[in-house]
Amino acid sequence: MSGRVLVGVKRVIDYAVKIRVKPDHSGVVTEGVKHSMNPFCEIAVEEAVKMKEKKLIKEVVAVSCGPQQVQETIRTALAMGADRGIHVEVSAKEYESLGPLQVSKILAALAKKEEAQLIILGKQAIDGDCNQTGQMTAALLDWPQGTFASEVTLEAGHVKVVREIDGGLETIKINTPAVLTADLRLNTPRYATLPNIMKAKKKKIANVKPADLGVELASKLQVLRVDEPPQREAGVKVESVDDLVGKLKEAGRI
Amino acid sequence: MQATTWSVPKKNTALDISRELSTTTFSMLVAQLASFINREGVVFTMHRAINKTRQLAGFLQRFQSTLVVAEHNNDKLTPITLSAITAANKLGGEVSCLVAGTDCAKVVAELSKVLGVNKVLVAQHDAFKGALPEELTPIILATQQQFKFTHICAGASAFGKNLLPRVAAKLDVAPISDIIEIQSPDTFVRTIYAGNALSTVKCNESVKVFTVRGTAFEPAASEGGSATSEDVASSSAVGVSEWLEQNLSKSDRPELAGAKVVVSGGRGLKSGENFQLLYDLAETMNAAVGASRAAVDAGYVPNDMQVGQTGKIVAPELYIAVGISGAIQHLAGMKDSKTIVAINKDPEAPIFLVSDFGLVADLFKAVPEMTAALRK
Repeated sequence: MSGRVLVGVKRVIDYAVKIRVKPDHSGVVTEGVKHSMNPFCEIAVEEAVKMKEKKLIKEVVAVSCGPQQVQETIRTALAMGADRGIHVEVSAKEYESLGPLQVSKILAALAKKEEAQLIILGKQAIDGDCNQTGQMTAALLDWPQGTFASEVTLEAGHVKVVREIDGGLETIKINTPAVLTADLRLNTPRYATLPNIMKAKKKKIANVKPADLGVELASKLQVLRVDEPPQREAGVKVESVDDLVGKLKEAGRI
Repeated sequence: MQATTWSVPKKNTALDISRELSTTTFSMLVAQLASFINREGVVFTMHRAINKTRQLAGFLQRFQSTLVVAEHNNDKLTPITLSAITAANKLGGEVSCLVAGTDCAKVVAELSKVLGVNKVLVAQHDAFKGALPEELTPIILATQQQFKFTHICAGASAFGKNLLPRVAAKLDVAPISDIIEIQSPDTFVRTIYAGNALSTVKCNESVKVFTVRGTAFEPAASEGGSATSEDVASSSAVGVSEWLEQNLSKSDRPELAGAKVVVSGGRGLKSGENFQLLYDLAETMNAAVGASRAAVDAGYVPNDMQVGQTGKIVAPELYIAVGISGAIQHLAGMKDSKTIVAINKDPEAPIFLVSDFGLVADLFKAVPEMTAALRK
């Protein structure tokens, strides 16, 4: 196969950060908080780069939608081995209401424009926890989808995908072009080395506006408020197993 | 400053009102009013106003109609579908269930008895083998075309998450994932940031497409219903995808997502063999066994046992975390459990911040002791 892979990457609050809800309940605090590439997107990039290293595809294009800062995320993908980047520029204000529907329209338009054979995304972003974009992109393109992939084998004209499902694993065979979404077990993403980070600075990032792709950003979902979840009451430490069993019996749990 | 604890204001929507005020109440009210007030003009005006309200309320109620996409294995309904039916009934209006598969008879019979289901739509076709979304989406779209549902939902399982966003994109609407509460037919609550924030979302789409968190809604009663069933037009196979095989983990233990008691192990178990300690403990309580991502990544147990933001969400009556530190991503999957027990040798482990009962001890000593105590 000599096709092109589009990889969607999202900039999110770092997975280790304990988030804070804004006092006005309009969202969570993002200013001055550490951001990094969504962990599932890293896995998607790694898989695309591996395919290129196996000479199964010829080019890996990393795409991210959002304000200026998402260019850092694209740079990270370039340092991991993506060939070039596309920054779909969305103002900070518009970005607040940008959801999977809009992103999937952007990705579908880019896939056509770039004549991509494969789109690889993470299975979900750890901020919105939607788990929708890949499935919606596939639908808009009328391509098959291989979601929650833990093993991907690219063959002529199709992809064999082992998927993580509730009771275990299942294997499907889907035609290309296709959309894949990466689960945690797909691979272990590499660290970008310093020389590769330097090289990535020379790689090109094209700037595109959603309007150039004919994508309308208006959303019919409206976040009314964001709240803290209910806090659990502080528990107690018990001294021994007997004590623990006694307490659980008292509470009627066993 | 507002208190940080979160409570949902009980709202009386037009829908609730319409359900509360039955036709008889209305006629009684009108009759009473008529006897009190003899000036015909006033009565006429009031009568008209009440009629108008009734029409509006009735219209609203009739207007809601929900399609629940049933998840099944051609033999049995998946329990999360029953939770999705409960959620669908909270919307008011009619609830229909679509059963698509290669062999639907058993599931249709099961579903016809579920309380709160009005109609079972059946689509049987060999193309539905493996429930591939490429094949199921056209049948859902055809069904939607025919019945014009206001809501389409499914459980937020691997099946629902795979399928519904594809359906939503085809309808050109934004879907809503993994809802934990329905405030009104267009307002839903869901968690974001690994369960560390609750987002209340208003959906102004013409069709609301959403998945339902199974642990947030009681399963609908499996007896007492009397739904009618009807076949829906089967489309021809799309043929861009093919289901090859599945490897399901075999276990005698109850299913993780629906278990009343869950015993989970983490990196502290040190090996796959040591998980036997947890299976022994689980046996005494008829518990399911779960795991943290660390235990899955280390290869101790298969990934379908993972509890957390990206694994399964559980909310059992009792959750026992053994050798699990309590990372944000793990807490996302279990912190709605009624009682949480942590057994960990590190007194500083974050799991102790959410546990009701914490035991600082070596699990290799404490777990066998507990098993012995419970066997007595």
